[in-house]
Amino acid sequence: MFENLSSRLERAFKSIKGQGKITELNIAETIKEIRKALVDADVNYKIAKSFTDRVKDKAMGQNVLTSVSPGQLMIKIVNDELKELLGGTTEELQIQGNPAIILIAGLQGSGKTTFSGKLARHIKGKGRNPLLVAGDVYRPAAIEQLKVLGEQVEVSVYTEEGNKNPVEIANNAIRYAKQNGNNVVIIDTAGRLSVDEEMMNEIARVKAAVKPQEILFVVDAMTGQDAVNTAQVFNERLDFNGVVLTKMDGDTRGGAALSIKSVVNKPIKFVSMGEKMDALDVFHPDRMASRILGMGDIVSLVERAQQVFDEEEADRLQKKIRGNDFDFDDFFKQLQQIKKMGNIKDLMGMIPGVGKAIKDVDINDDSFKNVESIIQSMTPFERKNPDSLNGSRKKRIATGAGRDITEVNKLVKQFEDMRKMMKSMNKMQGGMGGRMPKMPFRR
Amino acid sequence: MGLFEKIFSREKKEKLDQGLEKTKSSLLGKIGKALAGKSSIDEGFLDDLEEILVTSDVGIETTLKIIERIENRVQRDKYLTESELNTMLREEIADLLPDQDDTLSRDFHLPNGTKPYVIMVVGVNGVGKTTTIGKLAHQFKAKGHKVVLGAADTFRAAAVEQLKIWGQRTGVEVVEKGMNADPASVAFEAVKAACEKEADVCIIDTAGRLHNKVNLMNELSKIKRVMQKVVPGAPHEVLLVLDASTGQNAFEQARQFTAATEVNALALTKLDGTAKGGVVIGVSEQFKTPVRYIGVGEGMEDLQVFNKYEFIDSLFSN
Repeated sequence: MFENLSSRLERAFKSIKGQGKITELNIAETIKEIRKALVDADVNYKIAKSFTDRVKDKAMGQNVLTSVSPGQLMIKIVNDELKELLGGTTEELQIQGNPAIILIAGLQGSGKTTFSGKLARHIKGKGRNPLLVAGDVYRPAAIEQLKVLGEQVEVSVYTEEGNKNPVEIANNAIRYAKQNGNNVVIIDTAGRLSVDEEMMNEIARVKAAVKPQEILFVVDAMTGQDAVNTAQVFNERLDFNGVVLTKMDGDTRGGAALSIKSVVNKPIKFVSMGEKMDALDVFHPDRMASRILGMGDIVSLVERAQQVFDEEEADRLQKKIRGNDFDFDDFFKQLQQIKKMGNIKDLMGMIPGVGKAIKDVDINDDSFKNVESIIQSMTPFERKNPDSLNGSRKKRIATGAGRDITEVNKLVKQFEDMRKMMKSMNKMQGGMGGRMPKMPFRR
Repeated sequence: MGLFEKIFSREKKEKLDQGLEKTKSSLLGKIGKALAGKSSIDEGFLDDLEEILVTSDVGIETTLKIIERIENRVQRDKYLTESELNTMLREEIADLLPDQDDTLSRDFHLPNGTKPYVIMVVGVNGVGKTTTIGKLAHQFKAKGHKVVLGAADTFRAAAVEQLKIWGQRTGVEVVEKGMNADPASVAFEAVKAACEKEADVCIIDTAGRLHNKVNLMNELSKIKRVMQKVVPGAPHEVLLVLDASTGQNAFEQARQFTAATEVNALALTKLDGTAKGGVVIGVSEQFKTPVRYIGVGEGMEDLQVFNKYEFIDSLFSN
């Protein structure tokens, strides 16, 4: 991954240390680093330039000799400025009116159809009765796809097989909605390139015909420099109300969000992450700011953990811990799950503040290897009955694993400490119903 | 130009030029202006070049590399004319792009002795994998090859249906086991069917997946392994599809997909839009993976064999 902004700034700021104030001269290198970081995160080149100019103005003349380091001070200025630019006015989705009409627009493959399904589910959850409209008459099986999604979220889907006129389909769908008591109409449309005059005219005609309360521009969070052009043209033609960032469950920095916000100044209304129909979230400017800057992202860490940790397995484990029979088999399984989350160093880098500390530390994924080989050298009986580990057994295990006896002793000691801790936690919770609280991050 | 004439029919060349028109006009336009009345390289020119490359998604690292190369060249060749500079840029970028085995894919030829030639198509969601496969099927078939497609995207709603429609359009057989079937078993069956039917090429579609999803990437490795049970050495080509509008994240995509499936070819789609797809230069260089195909539209014909000289020629020629 790209080097994150904090370590870049630490480096750039070596030149300022010992100087009293941030001045035009000593800040130049820092500003360049910030701009590079932004462009690496896919913020548009020109927007990165004007952004750093603003940052420079704010930073100029600030005293360096305060409690924070100049690097930290700069990061704060950059972060605040980013949050402000990304946030601003957050408007609610306009779903008043009978029916309220929402038009979905964007490039090919940006995730319009998947988002339409999610939006239908979201709106249904608010007690409304939405209707999905299959307006993508071009891509093979696009109609079929919306039908399947509609079934999944239990929302009816209006389709006209064979009709190649999206304006007609949209009009007919609204009539259908009125007759059938659907009070929100979500019109999915075909993906189109902003330079495709014919297709841009088509969607403008759909807009003119149905007069939507809400037009949402759907954009892939991985988009690069071109985000600016595309957003601009779609905005000129449709004057959309809001932006939807999709595929946010990836590891892209998502600088496109800043580019789009700066160019069209429309609120980012949703972020979409994943193919499950409930993976839709409102936009958090602060999260997005740290993401663009490559700062610690604890939220992603939790999401990564949720992705690999099997819930059933977790429940089973909880029971074992409560019954105080957590054994070496369970411990081994835990290690495997942690390993499944990916590179240990990457994971630790997601914890705010840790990134820099371990930058030059070599943590390899083999760090568990010794522990694993010791556990694997135990007999099934020993793994199930940790108390059975006497001196001669430990000696045999050490020989089998090719490790020193002291390492075996250390592991067994650590394991016992862990069990003791679990036991005391159980006692603490005993009076409160005995059930461990779940992680609060689940949506 | 003679060489290109041989490789590309005039019609194809026009289509490529159309697809690349946007890139071409912005690059040449700006460089032309920057150069007007100047006899040597200067800071202003380098600033413009930097802007052009970065705004084409080439990325800072690769951009700086190109600039450094040009600066080194300028030190040697003190006097520059506009055409000299264009030639130089063309050469420097060409040097970064690895050559592909021309016998493999030029004009959709297949290597001799590998039958069926198995292509596995991978990539993140929405880059145009299925569309690229449809176009590939059409092109191979037009060259007289027998094609079998495997619908191993059994996850995304209606993905099997989408590939089946492409099969009908192109008159090519599609092996499928419906939605939610085990993708590895679909791939297995497809390669098996290709062998039984003596097909020349077998193309396996896979579900789009973000490269940071560990389990899904493991699934992809498995799909790949399973094919080897039918045809040792399959898949012969693992084609990573990249969307031209994608920014620097394409590097991570290439890294993770290569780790999981040993990607050995790239396809760059949606080049008919305003996006430049410049990131492919750095990706192709870093992973030593050639770009094999480019997508320049939604029609069956709108897929072309990538030729780096032709590509760069289109960027820089008037």
